[in-house]
Amino acid sequence: MDTETLSRIQFAATIAFHYFYPPISIGLGLMLVFMEGLYLKTGEKIWHQMAHFWTRIFGLVFAMGTATGIVMEFQFGTNWATYSRFVGDVFGSALASEGIFAFMLEAGFLSILLFGWNRVSKKTHFFATCMVCLGAHFSAIWIVVANSWMQTPAGFHLEIRGERFPANYPLRVEDIPHARAVIEDFWAMVFNPSSVDRLTHTVLGAWLTGAFLVASVSSYFFLRRRHLEIARRGLRLALPFAAVVSLLQFLSAHSTAKGVAANQPAKLAAMEGIYKTEAAAPLTAIGWVDEKNERTIGLKLPGMLSFLVHGKIESSVKGLKEFPPQDRPKVQPVFQLFHLMVACAFAMAGLAFVGTALLFQDRLFSPNFAPSRWLLLALVPAVLLPHIAGQAGWFVAELGRQPWIVYGLLRTSQGFSEVVSANQVLTSLILFSMVYALLFALFIYLLNRKIHHGPDEDHLPKHDGGIPARANA
Amino acid sequence: MPSASQLSQVFGLPLYLDLSALWFVLVGILFVGYAVLDGFDLGAGTLHLLARSDHDRRLILNAIGPIWDGNEVWLVTGGGALFAAFPLVYASVFSGLYLPCMVLLLALIFRAVAIEFRSKEPWKWWRNFWDLSFCLSSTAVGFLLGVILGNLAQGLPLDAQGNIRIGFFELLTPYPVLVGLLTVVLFTMHGANYLILKLEGPLAEQARFWAQNAIIAFIILYAMVTGYTLLYLPHLAAPFRAFPFLNVLPLITLFVIANIPRELNQHRPMLSFLSSCGAIVMLLLLFGVGMFPNLVYAIPPGPLNLTIHNACSTTKTLSIMLLIAFIGMPIVAAYTISIYYIFRGKVKLDSTSY
Repeated sequence: MDTETLSRIQFAATIAFHYFYPPISIGLGLMLVFMEGLYLKTGEKIWHQMAHFWTRIFGLVFAMGTATGIVMEFQFGTNWATYSRFVGDVFGSALASEGIFAFMLEAGFLSILLFGWNRVSKKTHFFATCMVCLGAHFSAIWIVVANSWMQTPAGFHLEIRGERFPANYPLRVEDIPHARAVIEDFWAMVFNPSSVDRLTHTVLGAWLTGAFLVASVSSYFFLRRRHLEIARRGLRLALPFAAVVSLLQFLSAHSTAKGVAANQPAKLAAMEGIYKTEAAAPLTAIGWVDEKNERTIGLKLPGMLSFLVHGKIESSVKGLKEFPPQDRPKVQPVFQLFHLMVACAFAMAGLAFVGTALLFQDRLFSPNFAPSRWLLLALVPAVLLPHIAGQAGWFVAELGRQPWIVYGLLRTSQGFSEVVSANQVLTSLILFSMVYALLFALFIYLLNRKIHHGPDEDHLPKHDGGIPARANA
Repeated sequence: MPSASQLSQVFGLPLYLDLSALWFVLVGILFVGYAVLDGFDLGAGTLHLLARSDHDRRLILNAIGPIWDGNEVWLVTGGGALFAAFPLVYASVFSGLYLPCMVLLLALIFRAVAIEFRSKEPWKWWRNFWDLSFCLSSTAVGFLLGVILGNLAQGLPLDAQGNIRIGFFELLTPYPVLVGLLTVVLFTMHGANYLILKLEGPLAEQARFWAQNAIIAFIILYAMVTGYTLLYLPHLAAPFRAFPFLNVLPLITLFVIANIPRELNQHRPMLSFLSSCGAIVMLLLLFGVGMFPNLVYAIPPGPLNLTIHNACSTTKTLSIMLLIAFIGMPIVAAYTISIYYIFRGKVKLDSTSY
C-alpha cells in the first residue's frame, strides 16, 4: 500500500479509537453537572455518592481521551503536510483555539474534579465540574468547526504564488505546492454552512452517549439488586433526558441532512445510494448498493427522500451519475454506515421513550412487571448504541467527503506528506494498533472493575458543611 | 488600522518587530511554559524508579498527580499555535521528523496511561510494568524533544518546497543527541527540585540528593553543548556577535544555574526550584535568540531556512490569533495559578490518589 492509503488508515484508526472517549467526557460531564447540581440543591448525600462514583469513571475515560487525543493534534503535520501547508492559515486557528479555550480549561479543572473533593468547598467543586463540562463542549465546538470547514469551506480565498484567486478557482496540480487558502472572514470560517448543524448533531450524540452509559450501568445495578437507590436515581435522571435528546437529535439530523443535500450533494446521494437524478427520490429503509450496475436494491419508501430534503415529494434529488467517477465517494460503506447510524438512533429513541413512559407510570421498578424487566435488560448492552451511531456517523461524514480532503478544493490524494515513506507509516500504524489494542483491553478491564466495585455506599464527604478540609494544614 | 509593521516603522523599531516576530515570541512562551511545567513531571518520571518502595513511588506519582495533565496541554496548545502561526514549520518539521515524532507521541500516550493505570491493581508485576513505562516514557519525551530542538538548530536538509528528506538515524548525530541528553538531565534536575517541595522526610532528603547529582551532570552536559555550539554551529552564535549586549543573557544563565546548588545547600527548596525554572527559561531564551528569525535552519544555513517571514500565516490570521491569545492567556494563567494554590503543600495519599 502507498503512503496515502496507509496515512488514511492510520488517521481513521487513531481518530476512531480516540472518538470512543470524548463523547463520554462530554455526555458524562453533563450528567455529573446534573448530579452535583442536584446534590447542592437538595443536599441529599446520595447524589454526592453518585457523582463520586461517576467521577472515578470519568477520570479513567478522560485520561484515555487525552492520551489518544494528543496524536490528533500532531498528525496533520506528520502525515498530511501538504494539506497542513495549504490550510494552515485557516484551519490552524481553530485547533489553536481548541487548545487555549477548551483543553486548558478541561485539564485544569479536572484536577479539582478528581482530587479536590476534600480540598475545596462543595460549591467550588461544582464550579470545577461545570468548567470541565464546559471545556469538553468547547473542544467539540472548535474541532467540529475545523472539520466542518473541510466539509463546507467558507470565509477564505486562494493565494497561488502570492497572487490572489477566488475561493472557487479550480486548482491545478502543479499549483498545489505554491497555493494556500487564506483567511478572509474569521466568523464566516467559524460559521461555515455546516458547522452549526454538525456541532449540534455531534453534541447531542455525545449527550446520548453519557445518558446511555448512566442508564446502562444503573440498569445493571438494578437487575443485580445492588445499589438500588443509586440505580433508580440514575435511570430517573438518564431516561427522560435521553428521550428528550433523542427527539432533538432527529430534528438536528433532519437539518444536517438538508445541509448535506445543499452543500455536498454527492455525499447525500451516496448516503441513500441514489445514482439517477430523479423526482420523488425514494428513501431506502434497508438495502444493498449494486455499485457495478449503479443501482440500489432494497426496501424503498418512494418519494420520502425528496420530501425530507426538499419538503415536496415531486422535487428531484441529485444522483451520483451527475458526478464524474473520480469525484464520487465510495457508495456502499457510506450507504450502509448511514443506515446503521439511523437504525441505532431509532433503537435509542425507542428504548428511551418506553423507559420514560414506564418511569412516569411508576412501573419501571416493579420487579414483577415483565416489560420493565426486558427494558432494563435491553438497556445494559444499549450503552454501545450511541458509540456505534457516533462512529458510523463520522465515517459517513468523512468517507462521504471523499475524494476531497477539503471539499471541492483539495483532494485527499494531494494532501499527504510526500517525504514520508509507506514503510514509515506502516511502522507507526503497526505500533499504534498494538498499543491501542493493549490500551483498549486494559481500559475495558478497569472500567468493568470500577463498575463492579460500584459506588462506596459509606462514602460521604468528610466535611459536609462547605468548609474545605486540607490534608496539609 | 495601521499594520504592525507600519507601527514598528513609525516608532523607529526594527522591522523584525512585526506580528510574525511577536508570534515567534508567543509560540516560544507556550513551549517555555511546557518545558517549565511538564519538565518537572517528566523529571519526576525519570527519577521514579529510584524510589524503591511502593509507597514512595505513589508519593512521587501523586506529587505530579493533579497537575501533569494540565501541564501537558501546553504542548498541545503550543502545537496548535505553531500550526496556526507557522503552518510551514508545523508541516515540514513533523513530516520530516516523522519517526521521532511518532515515538514521542507513543511515549506521551504511555506516560499518561502509566500514571492512570499504575495504582489501579495491587499486583507487583502490574505496578512494576507501569513504573517502568512511566520512567522510560518520561525520559524518552525529554530526550526526543531535545533531539528535535538540536536538529532544528543544527540544520536540516530543506528543499525549496520546505520538504525535509532525512533518515531516522541521520537525525541522531552528536549534537542533537547531546541536546537530548541535556534536556533529560535538565528535566531530572528540575523534577528533583520539584519533589523536594512536595515530599517530606527521608524521601525529600533523597530528592535533594538526586537534585545535587543531576545538577552536576547537567553542568557537564551544558558545558559540552555550549562548547559544541560555539565550535561547530557558528550561525547560532552570530546574533551574540552582532549584538554584543546580548551576551548578558549567557551570563545571567550561568548565574541562575549556579544559584540552584547554592539554594539547595542553603535548604531553600522553593528558591532552588524557582532557579531551576529560571534556568529552563534562560536556556530556551538563548536558544530562541540563536534561532531568531529562523525557525528551522537549512543545511547549509541560508535562503532555504524556514523563517518567521517565509513560513508564517497571513497578517490577518496572526492578528486574529493575537486577539484569541489575549483573551485566552490571562484566563488560563488565572485558573492555573488557583489550581496550583489549591494543591499546594506536601503530598498526602487519600482515596482519590493514584
